[in-house]
Amino acid sequence: MRNQQATQLLSELSHPGRVAVHWPPCDVPEQPIEDIIPSNFLADEAPKLPELTEGEVVRHYTNLSTKNMSVDTHYYPLGSCTMKYNPKRNERLASLPGIVDLHPYQDQSTIQGMLQLLYELQGIFSEISGLPACSLQPAAGAHGELTALMAAAKYFKSIGEDRKVVLAPDSSHGTNPASAQMAGFKAVSIKSDPNGGVDMDDFRKKLTDDIAVLMITNPSTLGLFEKNMREIADAVHEKGGLIYLDGANMNAILGIARPGDFGADMMHYNPHKTFSGPHGGGGPGAGPICVTEKLKPFLPSPIVEKDGDRYKLDFDRPDSIGRVRSFFGNTGVLVRAYCYILSHGPEGLREVSENAVLNANYLLSKVKHFLPVPRGERCMHEFVASASELKKERGITAMDIGKRLLDYGFHAPTVYFPLTIPEAIMIEPTETESKETLDAFVQTLFKITEEDAELLHEAPHTTPISRPNEVQAARSPCLRADFCSS
Amino acid sequence: MSYLYNTPDDQAAMLKSIGVDSIEELFSTIPEDLRLRRDLNLPPQMGELELTQHLSALAAKNASPATHACFLGGGSYDHFIPAAVDALASRGEFYTSYTPYQPEVSQGNLQAMFEYQTLICDLTGMDLSNASLYDGGSALAEAVIMALNTGKRGEKVVVLGSVHPEYRQILQTYFADLGIEIVEIACPDGIADLVKVEASVNADTNCVIVQSPNFFGGIEDVAAIAEIAHKNDAVVIQSFDPISLGLLKRPGDLGADIAVAEGHSLGSPMQYGGPYLGIMACNDQFVRRLPGRIVGQTEDRRGKRCWVLTLQTREQHIRREKATSNICTNQGLFALRASIYLSLLGPGGLRQAATLCTQKAHYAQQTLTEIDRLEPVFGGSPFFKEFVLRDTQGNVEGLLAEAREAGFLGGVPLGQFFPEMDDCFLVCVTEKRTKAEIDALTRTFSLCHTGGSTIHA
Repeated sequence: MRNQQATQLLSELSHPGRVAVHWPPCDVPEQPIEDIIPSNFLADEAPKLPELTEGEVVRHYTNLSTKNMSVDTHYYPLGSCTMKYNPKRNERLASLPGIVDLHPYQDQSTIQGMLQLLYELQGIFSEISGLPACSLQPAAGAHGELTALMAAAKYFKSIGEDRKVVLAPDSSHGTNPASAQMAGFKAVSIKSDPNGGVDMDDFRKKLTDDIAVLMITNPSTLGLFEKNMREIADAVHEKGGLIYLDGANMNAILGIARPGDFGADMMHYNPHKTFSGPHGGGGPGAGPICVTEKLKPFLPSPIVEKDGDRYKLDFDRPDSIGRVRSFFGNTGVLVRAYCYILSHGPEGLREVSENAVLNANYLLSKVKHFLPVPRGERCMHEFVASASELKKERGITAMDIGKRLLDYGFHAPTVYFPLTIPEAIMIEPTETESKETLDAFVQTLFKITEEDAELLHEAPHTTPISRPNEVQAARSPCLRADFCSS
Repeated sequence: MSYLYNTPDDQAAMLKSIGVDSIEELFSTIPEDLRLRRDLNLPPQMGELELTQHLSALAAKNASPATHACFLGGGSYDHFIPAAVDALASRGEFYTSYTPYQPEVSQGNLQAMFEYQTLICDLTGMDLSNASLYDGGSALAEAVIMALNTGKRGEKVVVLGSVHPEYRQILQTYFADLGIEIVEIACPDGIADLVKVEASVNADTNCVIVQSPNFFGGIEDVAAIAEIAHKNDAVVIQSFDPISLGLLKRPGDLGADIAVAEGHSLGSPMQYGGPYLGIMACNDQFVRRLPGRIVGQTEDRRGKRCWVLTLQTREQHIRREKATSNICTNQGLFALRASIYLSLLGPGGLRQAATLCTQKAHYAQQTLTEIDRLEPVFGGSPFFKEFVLRDTQGNVEGLLAEAREAGFLGGVPLGQFFPEMDDCFLVCVTEKRTKAEIDALTRTFSLCHTGGSTIHA
């Protein structure tokens, strides 16, 4: 029933002479273009773009959309990504005139409503994190990491210290060491202990006098709360270093524990995870950061401040690292987060985490009977199972299981991450799924582990395409239509 | 709360399966002294109706194109968005989907991103494009990282003073403490002085950054600047305005090696500055150094054409600290919107949009400078859709405040970026502005009675 014709490439659908957009005639006195722009700057012709009618464009993209899984249509037990339901009211409210169509350079007297929202959101993020200062500027989680590390670098400089080392556990997101590198630090990896926590011996060995920052994901990417958190934070602080908390897993601890209370000096949120911002097929997200009072002077400018009953953008921040992106930040994503948080209130947010953790432990209690979960009986919001025994016994890999799940209408969990667990299958149910869905998922997962290995190697069988040849894609890159570089 | 599923019965059954008595027990791994033992101090829960009223009230405190005609530019623009863009991009299958790491169930997004890359290459005349970055400013910083890491060149970054001031601030933030020298060439004439460029670029230069149309709206002689740079084996990075390419020569035709842009003008709303679309296109030599996601074409096991995220060994989730960048996202939804927008406009539509902008902007500049009080600042230089005016009475704030009273967002005061230009403001005219609005703004300015005696705020 698929419409193959409509999903050809745009360049294949294009038909000279077709148009979708009719602009109004020019209503001002026109001058010959050559009189206003020198001809050596003018293109001989317009860029080669497809020529289509509106109906063709709509049919093309509508048919493309049906080839995607999405939260609106499918369950995503995708570890580390918190693929929760994206509430429709947030979309509507973020699209209101007076919200969606504000220009970033409007005079501050004309955006008091927006500034109020952003000011309140700064406060909300600070309250949830237990860290008093907030910058909404970073455009993504990794961008938040980079921004906070730059602020840390500037802080150390301001007190005349030259610190170069950023420590991060080997189970951390790859962005941690990459951000450290970009901010001019040397990234050093700490081993995990057999239980998935920080290996304290390795930590003590690597905790040198020139430590700048320890980046830690807590709850960890294994879905475990770091039991030595206090000791780790104290040891780093004693050396004069700072603790950075990767906030990817905040969905487990909203209103239950605050990074600022358990030793963090800086953190980022992923509003597209914790606060229901839609993932958009790979962005946009946002990466607001919260920091301690002593790091506040170094945050990017501007920050929204309140002056009597007026809200204003504060640019007068001489110690600031400056800017990490243009304009204010990913406001559209932040508005959705604000709506989400107000929809819950303090109690509601706590219930979010309680149910996220309940759902994860429930899945864990079922899954562990047929897929080993190497790191424990309990978890926070996610856990990591391993297919390594299945692989040894029957040649079935984490990848095979993930691909076969697609046939049954489930998105695959995150596989092969974290790197510390062989054949990792990282499962995060989120709180916005029913027990029936979780049960169906477990039954399907079990069924797959019993299926014929050959069937699994060939999976998926029912999706719009079968497994693509990724090696060929990387060896001889073809990165645009009609043009393949060798 | 309406997004939760678990009834008390569900919770009881789940707790039983887990083998604990309460949800509280599930959190026992968090040491007691690290727990928050009070409710968060947040506003109380709101239902959908209250929330809608609350947001509507906040929105009502803002001036927007619905209440004011917008003549603001400087990197964010009030362009028209066809209905089909919103209709398609608001399909849940697009906007609630995840990064396409599972290609078998993401062909819609992957093909759309591949088409985006194709459209951007056609638009810019460059060899390849990534699947987008955060925004125009950070994309420029990523372009510099790429230039610094490719080939054996000098270490110095040369940037023209006519590049967006915020973009230049981003470069300072990214590179100032890494020991990379950034040389800024002042552009007091609102356009690059080629003699100065020639004098500033030498064997130590790694890359030269030019924006055209530049921050003031002026069209730079990119080809001449590129020639100077290439003579010194430096990389040419051009920041461009995608709409302008309906009329102007493409970065690839002018000798740019890397082309970056703020792409929100292509079908995405202003949103108070974000989320936006960082466009990055470049020549083949950078293929293994590009930051961010890239989609490539391949075949599935049955020989069917399909698309995947590719060249992932550049990326942080594989290479960690050795990655080309720490970026682990793209702006998928806004790249999609840009593709839909470009598909709807086609070559003719884009050319018309660019022509309307430039005709209306030139008409506006002419009529506005007929007012005694206002004079053109870089009058002689060609410009695209933005231009700078000087208030000879030196009261830009007062002038723009009166315009606001009359229903106009009349321009961006430039003193905030250039202290020596505190009597100047930047005016932008897109295809959305009508002759009636331009004439009314002109009338408003000409009747302005705020003199120059007001104290600057």
